[in-house]
Amino acid sequence: MVGKLDWLAAGLPTEGTDAARPRAGSMARADVPTCRLDEPLAEVRDRVRTAGWDACVVVNHERVVLGLLRAKELDADPGLRVEQAMRPGPSTFRPFVAIEEMASFMIDHDVPNAPVTTSDGRLVGLLRREDAARAAHQLHAGGHP
Amino acid sequence: MPEEIDREGVRRLMAEGAQVVDVLPADEYAESRLPGAINLPLRRLEAEARDVLDAGRPVIVYCWDSA
Repeated sequence: MVGKLDWLAAGLPTEGTDAARPRAGSMARADVPTCRLDEPLAEVRDRVRTAGWDACVVVNHERVVLGLLRAKELDADPGLRVEQAMRPGPSTFRPFVAIEEMASFMIDHDVPNAPVTTSDGRLVGLLRREDAARAAHQLHAGGHP
Repeated sequence: MPEEIDREGVRRLMAEGAQVVDVLPADEYAESRLPGAINLPLRRLEAEARDVLDAGRPVIVYCWDSA
């Protein structure tokens, strides 16, 4: 196979002393709303907000990430389609990235949420900055999130 | 004969009972490894493989990356 890196990047289970360590993949919310390119933005926005979210990941039929709708994009002209409003090709992160590293990056770069994907681009979940920061803080305090 | 397989191939062979060998150094193996993998660092692989592995079952050997 292509190596242990590829296994970790796919978010597959491992054993060892680091197995229980919180990482981007384990802290990402797998229940994040998703939508397709051709959906009307107004419908997506209503669905997303009703579910209590302020972000939606745009995926294709294989759950490969194509774009991201954060609060600003969700509030764009409701007459648009998703592909006209989304942030195309957002930065994505692999599941094995340590949660402290993710928290630092998201705070330093003012990133409110970040899609976590496998190495072939499939959505694992959306990592929210507050979740990453809380987990990193608890790690530093000596506990587990 | 050795053959390169992808992630899905690894999962399939693991489900069928293949032996999994991590050839990375012991400290890296201790930190993180595929489920059920044993550690046979590269330097020991040739000398110990016959004693440790079952020649009747497939063996998956991996390192950190393909590069």
